[in-house]
Amino acid sequence: MGGRHTLGRMSGESIFPALEPLLDQVSKPIQYVGGELNSQVKDWDCGGFGPAGEALTTRWALMYPDAYEVGLPNQGVMILYEVLNERTDALAERTYAVWPDLEALMREHDVPQFTVDGHRPVRDFDVLGVSFSTELGYTNLLTALDLAGMPLHAADRAESDPLVIAGGHAAFNPEPIADFIDAAVVGDGEQAVLAITDEIKRWKAEGRPGGRRELLLRLARTGGVYVPAFYDVDYLPDGRIKRVAPSPSAPGVPWRVSKHTVMDLDAWPYPKQPLVPLAETVHERMSVEIFRGCTRGCRFCQAGMITRPVRERSITGIGEMVEKGLAATGFEEVGLLSLSSADHTEIAEVTKGLADRYEGTQTGLSLPSTRVDAFNIDLANELTRNGRRSGLTFAPEGGSERIRKVINKMVSEDDLINTVAAAYGAGWRQVKLYFMCGLPTETDEDVLQIAELAKRVIDTGRQVSGRRDIRCTVSIGGFVPKPHTPFQWCAQLGPEETDARLAKLREAIRSDKRYGSAIGMRYHDGEPGLIEGLLSRGDRRVGRVIEAVWRDGGRFDGWSEHFSFERWMRCATTAFADLPVDVQWYTTRERGETEVLPWDHLDSGLDKEWLWDDWQDALDETEVDDCRWTPCFDCGVCPQMGTDIQIGPTGKKLLPLSVV
Amino acid sequence: MAKRVPEGPAPDPAVQKLRVRYAKRGRLRFTSTRDFQRALERAVRRARLPVAFSAGFHPHPKISYANAAATGWASEAEYFEISLTERADPAQVAVALDEALPPGLDVLQVVEAEPGALADRLQASVWRVDLPGADVTGLRSALERLLAMDRAEVTRMTKSGARTFDVRAAIERAELTADPAGLDLVLHHTTPAVRPTDILTALTELCGWQADRTRSVTRLAQGPMRADGALDDPLTERG
Repeated sequence: MGGRHTLGRMSGESIFPALEPLLDQVSKPIQYVGGELNSQVKDWDCGGFGPAGEALTTRWALMYPDAYEVGLPNQGVMILYEVLNERTDALAERTYAVWPDLEALMREHDVPQFTVDGHRPVRDFDVLGVSFSTELGYTNLLTALDLAGMPLHAADRAESDPLVIAGGHAAFNPEPIADFIDAAVVGDGEQAVLAITDEIKRWKAEGRPGGRRELLLRLARTGGVYVPAFYDVDYLPDGRIKRVAPSPSAPGVPWRVSKHTVMDLDAWPYPKQPLVPLAETVHERMSVEIFRGCTRGCRFCQAGMITRPVRERSITGIGEMVEKGLAATGFEEVGLLSLSSADHTEIAEVTKGLADRYEGTQTGLSLPSTRVDAFNIDLANELTRNGRRSGLTFAPEGGSERIRKVINKMVSEDDLINTVAAAYGAGWRQVKLYFMCGLPTETDEDVLQIAELAKRVIDTGRQVSGRRDIRCTVSIGGFVPKPHTPFQWCAQLGPEETDARLAKLREAIRSDKRYGSAIGMRYHDGEPGLIEGLLSRGDRRVGRVIEAVWRDGGRFDGWSEHFSFERWMRCATTAFADLPVDVQWYTTRERGETEVLPWDHLDSGLDKEWLWDDWQDALDETEVDDCRWTPCFDCGVCPQMGTDIQIGPTGKKLLPLSVV
Repeated sequence: MAKRVPEGPAPDPAVQKLRVRYAKRGRLRFTSTRDFQRALERAVRRARLPVAFSAGFHPHPKISYANAAATGWASEAEYFEISLTERADPAQVAVALDEALPPGLDVLQVVEAEPGALADRLQASVWRVDLPGADVTGLRSALERLLAMDRAEVTRMTKSGARTFDVRAAIERAELTADPAGLDLVLHHTTPAVRPTDILTALTELCGWQADRTRSVTRLAQGPMRADGALDDPLTERG
């Protein structure tokens, strides 16, 4: 890893001279040149050398496996980039998926996968860290590996190749990409990347004893790094997994690998210097994470399950991050991020304090995820005081009261109607509602209730505001069951059934002429969801499908213009031909209580028995409360991980900023 | 139904208009016009310039852009105007803005706007087109052929489809350099705009030059055209 000299080229040397002539020939070349405000290019040998000339710098290439415009705003990558670059003995640069136009030119002109910071070849780094927010980035990983000149399979990699380490929420089931990655890290990355850097540095300083296998063993033995090659998977004749166990050839490797949990968010105020892109990206704002984790207990929500417990950033910590971040970036909007932002114990004080501080400065505030029952008009008014009053968005997720009990989204129809009535009364004209289709036990009736709810929203809005020009947009996504949730056992709804149900809903909305264009409906067809389901709950055997799809030209599967359902199904049929499994087996099949799930050996802290009980409660339409304001209901995370809820209120206030 | 009006007081009026010349250099020549606008608006906020805002539901900073060079072309002479709600020293604005913009987007000059529209003063551009490795002999005869023509029509894809137009009339001056190989051009700003790459198209398609893909385009100056064919500084009144 690193330190290699090929054909007279120095390790870490920029390939920009070779890339530059290609940039005139591709769309949006700015995404490949780097140079963003607050980006950095460190000396390749910033960590110096040991007594025998050992390079002591640990070099990370951090990849978000999607287009730059999606990847750049990603908070995870931005945080790790800064945390690593703050170390004097480490450096981190970023790399993104290149679009097919540049990929073709890079192949033609022999230009390798590069980082946008120093335009250094990815293959020169010690680690390629890949952050998977979604499984649909897997084919893009293969493109990057191939362009980097690295073998696709971890087993074929040379001593000098970087370790490929997966992180992000999708890494909680890394089995479908087990062949392609050297390791996976689950949970919060801040401390994990520092610990891995320490291990790599120590190993390099010792003269790399035992080569890359020894390094991987050392990492695996910490209990916080999963190395798929050190685990053997046995299968039953019917295709289910019999057992996953540490390989006898890898002594000292634990049976289960734990997730990482950062406690005290105020001690980790990252990103301090958010990257400001020149190119247009999907989020044109600065983000401050106001808390991590969620215990609302929505049963479909993987993020809420795997990020427990709730850890709040304090009001003063938030104020400081906003102040420094705005000064460092010049953004005109601040997003207060979390899984359910209005649930912060001091959200009213935070929003009022920030609105006061930035009055008259054209600085907008937004709460991207807001629950209906935690929302109120005072909060909304503070949010729009200095900015724009655009639409309000809520996510009831389920159309009927019954299905909301199944998914444990404890929002009543009256809560929702009262909230939108207040919003329309206060001058809002547009409300957006998010729902899911294909939830466990769902019938046509549950989904048709979405139409009734939307009509009631419009009726209420017209009544309260005395106006006709109000709108409600219904946005619907297909439900994909995810690992480490109570729905990990359930049968996914097939694409035909999903599409049929949505067609009935569309008809129900359209047929009522009293509403005309007042209700809009947005949805996607069910096919991509089935593939996401295959990748979400797949095991190691799914890797051959991913590889076949990639070899067949599959790229950018999260983009409807690139995604090909036909290709995925065709490649899966071939890849599974000699196995007792198929796409339906992985997706629309319900699992039993005792089945070994492919991700059971990755420990999210959740007790599998609790998850099963919660799944049974779902089927009984029994709700579970939030442990922030009711006693612990034994999900298992805190005792298993040695963590605890960290919430306010602190009672502190944001003081006005001194005028500069 | 009452007409909706924006809440709050009207924005502060502009009291000063500044004209700014900036350069697009190195890898940041790949910024598009929109990329530059976003970067500038953020830089203005970081530099805490008292920029004036438009009224309305969606206030936006009062900055107007003129005649920007295409994505991928470097420039030493790009211009915009910015209106401020408090008077500021142009030299200090130049320093503050340059510091707030990323290296490669470099503020070169800031002056108080004179009467008249800036766009009217940007009548022509001086271009340098580098053609490393070009066949200079072939290029010389092609250029002679082009300059001998009365009209030279090329077709370029624009947002509204293919457009065919004459490039010859826009050429004030076109000189070949052998070492380094390339062209020095002075082109009038016409409608549709004749780009230096349109001249290369004419040389290739009409005059028999074998073009290579490798080229780099830099705008060196823009301004009012003098009688002798040289350009004046558009930021300072002369004569």
